[in-house]
Amino acid sequence: MKLTVASAAGPREAYAYTGGKPFDAGLPCVVFVHGALHDHSGWTLAARWFAHHGHAVLAVDLPGHGRSGGAPLESVEAIADWLLRLLDAAGVGAASLVGHSMGSLIALEAAARAPERARHLVMVGTAYPMAVAPALLDSAARDPLAAIDSVNVFSHSTIAGKPSYPGPGTWLHGANRALMRRVQAGGQAGNVFLVDFRACDRYGAGIEAAAKVACPATLILGARDQMTLPSRSGELARALKAAVVTLAAGHALMTEAPDALLGALRDALGVGLPA
Amino acid sequence: MPGPANPGFDTLAVHAGAAPDPATGARAVPIHLTTSFVFESSDHAASLFNMERSGHVYSRLSNPTNAVFEERIAALEGGSGAIATASGQAALHLAIATIAGAGSHVVASSALYGGSHNLLQYTLPRFGITTTFVAPGDHAGWRAAVRPQTRLLFGETLGNPGLDVLDVPTVAQIAHDHHLPLLVDSTFTTPWLMRPFEHGADLLYHSATKFLSGHGTVIGGVLVDSGSFDWDAAHAASGRFAELTEPYDGFHGMVFSEESTIGAFLLRARREGLRDFGASMSPHTAWLVLQGLETLPLRMARHVENTRKIVAFLAGHERVERVAYPELETHPDHALAKRLLPRGAGAVFSFDLRGSREQGRAFIEALRIFSHLANVGDCRSLVIHPASTTHFRMDDAALARAGIGPGTIRLSIGLEDADDLIEDLKRALKAAAALR
Repeated sequence: MKLTVASAAGPREAYAYTGGKPFDAGLPCVVFVHGALHDHSGWTLAARWFAHHGHAVLAVDLPGHGRSGGAPLESVEAIADWLLRLLDAAGVGAASLVGHSMGSLIALEAAARAPERARHLVMVGTAYPMAVAPALLDSAARDPLAAIDSVNVFSHSTIAGKPSYPGPGTWLHGANRALMRRVQAGGQAGNVFLVDFRACDRYGAGIEAAAKVACPATLILGARDQMTLPSRSGELARALKAAVVTLAAGHALMTEAPDALLGALRDALGVGLPA
Repeated sequence: MPGPANPGFDTLAVHAGAAPDPATGARAVPIHLTTSFVFESSDHAASLFNMERSGHVYSRLSNPTNAVFEERIAALEGGSGAIATASGQAALHLAIATIAGAGSHVVASSALYGGSHNLLQYTLPRFGITTTFVAPGDHAGWRAAVRPQTRLLFGETLGNPGLDVLDVPTVAQIAHDHHLPLLVDSTFTTPWLMRPFEHGADLLYHSATKFLSGHGTVIGGVLVDSGSFDWDAAHAASGRFAELTEPYDGFHGMVFSEESTIGAFLLRARREGLRDFGASMSPHTAWLVLQGLETLPLRMARHVENTRKIVAFLAGHERVERVAYPELETHPDHALAKRLLPRGAGAVFSFDLRGSREQGRAFIEALRIFSHLANVGDCRSLVIHPASTTHFRMDDAALARAGIGPGTIRLSIGLEDADDLIEDLKRALKAAAALR
């Protein structure tokens, strides 16, 4: 659905996928936040499941990504503020915040800025600090398509991801590459890849933010993640007093392990299966 | 196979989409010959039907063996995904039916496989879909033929049987200028010779019956999506493709382009086209195609090596009037082939015998290694007379537009010893000459 989000430059239209059901702000809300150079479509299976199991769902397209217009925002803090204003626009008081990669930092920062509005914090495929190699930032500036290919390789841990995503017959490497290229091409104000990866690299308030988070937190990590190494999440997990779940996947957890991720999300949010 | 290295073509041909079977440890891809798959619970069943989970329900829609084939060919083509179909014709029909309906229009190359020509010229008009045919090299013609009702441009990477090389980058640009996708039939080239998505094509399909399997034992097809065509942008610009960008009552009001930014086409093709038309591939067929696909790079190299020797032999023979192979400087698309097909121009080509129709018949009947039949892309060498078989429904004018003469002979070069094939051709040429 389309939402109008307030900003310093005036109201801006934004898009959020609602899981195939009309959005009902009266239901417990789950907000899904995508990572760098992605959009809501990485979350559609999980979002549909929660939407059809008693939840209101907002899988957002961040500014400058996918169906949300404008320029991409340049810092995790700015995007977290935007996310809270999007909740205002949707009429949502408190929500469970779920983010992947860069989205996990945004969810963390939003939960720190408004602790009363976060019911759960789930950080998927995360590490802190989320430093980006200077060579990759340089590549993103000079040749973003080559940088996309590089990130795509490091995001996957298998060439036989089953049962694939969003369904059988999808070649995950090719689909992810096509999505990143699409988001990059759709950027109305420059190099989305560079803006996103620089935001991850520059974010330095993670531990301070974790200390402000008041809700239960869970880290869902990929055992074979080559982008955000599981070994680099320990300090963050301790600061959040978070439960840590490790799945057999690479950085692309949503597509490489959709069923295991759904199970971990249900556990994190305390959502059981229907009797 | 673990990352992070980016696997090469030969590795993908063997491994993409497949891992040791988690249930049994089987290293080779198992054949999942089952119609359907047990649900873990009622909630699991509902979630699968509602696309809240990925998985298999019924083998008309998807099957684990088929999925390995689909992922592997998508990997080899540089695409985002694929759908295995009952035949190449089923793949073409699925591609068109997914984005076209009554009142729609297609612009197609005039140099097509006879079966594709039949579908477009005679059969689809009964369902309200019409086609304008354009010579593949007539770029102004492609552009002029586009109408508001047009839904796609379509051609063969190597036209059948004259081997017209489709200028994929130029035709793709024409398509994109009109907010339309370009679909190509890549059967003759396979991803080993050309990866059309790298040249701007948006969709492609194969008759998997041919080089992909290579053993001549199964009928099958596969439709591959690059994931690069922006259906939403095209809809906004032209009003076309509401099938992918607006709610579909036939599947829970799903908006396919919202559900998957880059996979909308394949979602609709599978959730509607396979579901309702049902032209799916048998898992046994998928397994057999996979056996061939594993050796595609090795076989294609040998196909091309043999073809070059035979083309050289025929081009220098006094009984041969013309050889239509794009690597020859005499072929009108020679320069284009050098640019788009640096590894070779395939292993199917035609030539014209000097002499009468009777001499042509004598030539074919004298062959001992070449088999006279209606197929190409087999490990065995094959021969056919297009005017009396694959293209027999065309009148002389249409034949001429497709570059076919009454004496044209089409060869598909197999994997035998090239010297043996040349001896076979010498014998047949001699038999034809003896009728003089």
